[in-house]
Amino acid sequence: MNISLRDPNIVMKLSRLGSFHQSRLSFLRSFLKEFKDWDYKRDSFELNEKGYGTAVFSFKKENRVYSLICFANELDENERSDRVIATKWDAAFTLFDGVPTKLDIKRLKNEVPKQEFGRLSYKELTLSRANKSVRVFNHVVESLSNGVQPDKELLAKVGYLYRTTAVYGSGKFGLADRFRIKDREEIYGPFRLEMMLVYLVRQFTFDQVNHVAKNRNPKKAVNLDPEICKSLGIGNSTGLGMAPFIVNHPTLLNNWIYARETSLKKIREIKNVSINESNLFKNCLKKSIKNVTSWNTESEYQIKKIKSLLKDLNQFISFLDNEFDFNQEYPFNKLYEHLEEKYEEECIEYVVSMMMEPYDNIVTPLIKKMSSEEDKYFNIPAERTVLELKSILENKYSEVLKIDFEKKENNLNFWFISKNKEEPRLANRFDENGSDLEQPLAIARDIKKLYKRLLVSKNSSTIALFMSNNSDLRHVVRRAFIVEKFPYSEILDNTIGQEIVPIDMLRLKLSFFGALKFDPRSDKWLRICMFQGAPLPEQLKNYDEHWVYN
Amino acid sequence: MKSLSEIDTVSKRSSRAAGYSWGIAEEVGKNIRLLEIFSLPGIKNLNSFLNSKKNIKLENLNLITEDNSSNSSQYCPVIVGVNFLDQIKNLENLNEIKFKNIAYPVLFLPFVSRASEVLGKRILLKLDEKEFLMSFNNCIHSNFFKKEIIKIAENVSIKILKNEDSFTENEWKKLYKLSEETFVEESESLKNSGAGAGLTDND
Repeated sequence: MNISLRDPNIVMKLSRLGSFHQSRLSFLRSFLKEFKDWDYKRDSFELNEKGYGTAVFSFKKENRVYSLICFANELDENERSDRVIATKWDAAFTLFDGVPTKLDIKRLKNEVPKQEFGRLSYKELTLSRANKSVRVFNHVVESLSNGVQPDKELLAKVGYLYRTTAVYGSGKFGLADRFRIKDREEIYGPFRLEMMLVYLVRQFTFDQVNHVAKNRNPKKAVNLDPEICKSLGIGNSTGLGMAPFIVNHPTLLNNWIYARETSLKKIREIKNVSINESNLFKNCLKKSIKNVTSWNTESEYQIKKIKSLLKDLNQFISFLDNEFDFNQEYPFNKLYEHLEEKYEEECIEYVVSMMMEPYDNIVTPLIKKMSSEEDKYFNIPAERTVLELKSILENKYSEVLKIDFEKKENNLNFWFISKNKEEPRLANRFDENGSDLEQPLAIARDIKKLYKRLLVSKNSSTIALFMSNNSDLRHVVRRAFIVEKFPYSEILDNTIGQEIVPIDMLRLKLSFFGALKFDPRSDKWLRICMFQGAPLPEQLKNYDEHWVYN
Repeated sequence: MKSLSEIDTVSKRSSRAAGYSWGIAEEVGKNIRLLEIFSLPGIKNLNSFLNSKKNIKLENLNLITEDNSSNSSQYCPVIVGVNFLDQIKNLENLNEIKFKNIAYPVLFLPFVSRASEVLGKRILLKLDEKEFLMSFNNCIHSNFFKKEIIKIAENVSIKILKNEDSFTENEWKKLYKLSEETFVEESESLKNSGAGAGLTDND
C-alpha cells in the first residue's frame, strides 16, 4: 500500500501546526539519544554557602568536549523579571566548545551575566540565563536542610526550580556561527547544543539546591531524592521571538515537517502490527493523558482546546479498547482515517505523535535529516519564466490566493522589531504607528500581490526581467522557488489577519523542541517545561526512551 | 569579533532602512557576509555607501549589455549587482562586459562572485587598476589588499573565462607518467580473470 504524504494545504495551516505535540522526533529526546554514550562530568563547582559562584559541567567523547559554564549571582527580589527587558538574572550560562581555561572563565565571567549586552566569541556555542522559581527553590532548600524531602505536590504543580527566559545560539552576540560546527555528526539534529545547555542547566539547579541546603545545616541536610530530581525539568517563558524564526528558515521548517509526515506515511503503510507495537502505542497514549491534565492556563482559547483534546482522547481510547482490532491489515492507516473523520485537529496530531512511539527504526533515520542549510537555496533561478512562477503559485499557494487582502480584517496586523529590545512584535496597523517598517513576514499577502503582478506580465518573460521591474517582491519570488522544492517550507495561512493566534506558531516550534506542559499565559506568550521526567546525566547510559510517559 | 550571522542581519536591516526592498536587502546581507569571509572590506564600504547614498546621484541599470555607460551619474552597485546576477545566463557568451562609473564597486563584487558559481566559470573583474579573479564563489584572488573604501570605479570590466586548464598538455603527461609508478603490472592469469574477461564478448 502506498500512502501519500499529507497535503501541505492541510498540514501547513496555522491551526493544524498549532496542534502539534512532542514526539520521538523532538529535539530534546533526540539529544538524549545521541549523547547517552558520552561521559558526563562535573568539572568544577565553586559556589559559596549561598550558592553563588561558578560551576562547570561537561559531556565528553573521545577528543570532543562540550562544557557548560554556570555563573550564579545574587539578585535582589525587585530585580528578578522573566520579561525580555530584564537585565539581571539568578544565573547565566554558556556552552563552551572544549575545556575552558582559567582565562576563558575569567573573560566569560565578565560577559555571560550581561547576556545581550556582553560579547561572546567563536569558542562559545550557546548562551542563556535563568531565574529561580523562588517559592519552590526556597521550599526545597528549607526542607532538605531540615533533613526531609520537599512537598511533591508543590513541585509537581510548578515542575522546575529554574526557568530560562532565552536560549541563544548560531552567531548571536558573537557566539560561534553554525558553519564552524555544522559537520559534527553528533549535532546533525537541530538545536542539539541548545538542548544540551538546557539539560546541563537542569543538573546545575539540583546541585545548587543541594549545596545551599548542605551549607545551611551541614549536620542534618539531605540531598534531593534522585526520583524527585527526575520529575523536575527546566521552565521556559517564550514569547513572539520564536514566531518569525519559522518564517525566516523555510527549508529548515520543511525538513522538520517532512520528517513528521514521512514517519506518519511509513507507519500508515505498515501491513501487520505486532502485539508489542500496538501495546506500546496504547500504553504511551494512556499514560500521556496525565501530561495533558497537568496543563493549566488562563487563556480561554487554550482552555477550550485542552478541554476538547481531553474529551476526544478519552473517546478515542475507548474506541481503541472496545471497538478497534489491531489484527487487521494496515491498522494505523485505519486509525488515521478514523481520526480524520471523527476528531478535532488537536487530537489528530496528538495521536500522530503517539503512533511514532513503537517505531524507532522509522523515526531515528529521519532525525539526521532535520537540519538544513538555507544558503544553498538562496539564489533565485532568474532564467526561468513568468509562466513557470505563476504555475508554482497556483499549485503551491492555492489556499493563500483565495484570501482577500483588500478586506481590513485580513490585513489588520503587522510584524515589527521593537526598538528597545530588538524583539519581534505584532500590532494592529490601523491603531499603532510603524507599519511602514513592517517585517517581511506577511508572506500570504505578498504572494497574492506577486500573483496579481504576474497575471499582467508576459508569460515568456524571464524572472530576471520581471524582477528588474518588481524588486519590491523579490523576497517572495525567492520563497516561491523554495516551496517548489520543499513542499512544507511555508505556512499556508494568513499571518497578519484578525484571526491570527501567534501562539500557534510558538506551539509548532516548541512541539519540535519537545516541550511538555504548555501553559499559555495569553495568545502571545507561554510557559513550558523541558526535560521533566528525563533521566539524570548519570542514568543516561541505560534509560527508557519512553520516559516522557512515566 | 562580530559573527557572520550578526554581519548578515545588520547589513540586511540597514539596507532596508536605506530604502532597498526586503528581497534586495537580503541579497546585501549575504553579500557583506561573503566579503568579510574573503577578508574584503564589506562593512566598511556598505556603511560609507548607505550613509552617503542620499548625496550621490545614483542611476539604476536594469538591462545589462556589453557596454554600460553612465557619464552623468554613477551606477548603484546594489541594483547593477542584482541585475547582473539575475541576467548572468544571458551575459555568459559576451566577450567582455564594460561599465562606466559604478559607485562603491566593492559592493558590486560579491554579485560577480556568486555569478561565477551560478555559471561554473571563473570571472575576471577589473575595477580600474584593481583585479579580482573569482573562482566559483569559493575564493577570490586579488591585487587589492588594503581595507579601504573605494567610492567609485570609473572603468569596470568583466570577462567570463572559459573553463581551461592552467597547464600545458606536456606538463600533464609528465605528471601522469609519474603517477603511473604507483601501478603494479598484472600477471597473465590475473588479466584473464578480470572483469569483462572471457572467451567471447558476443554472448
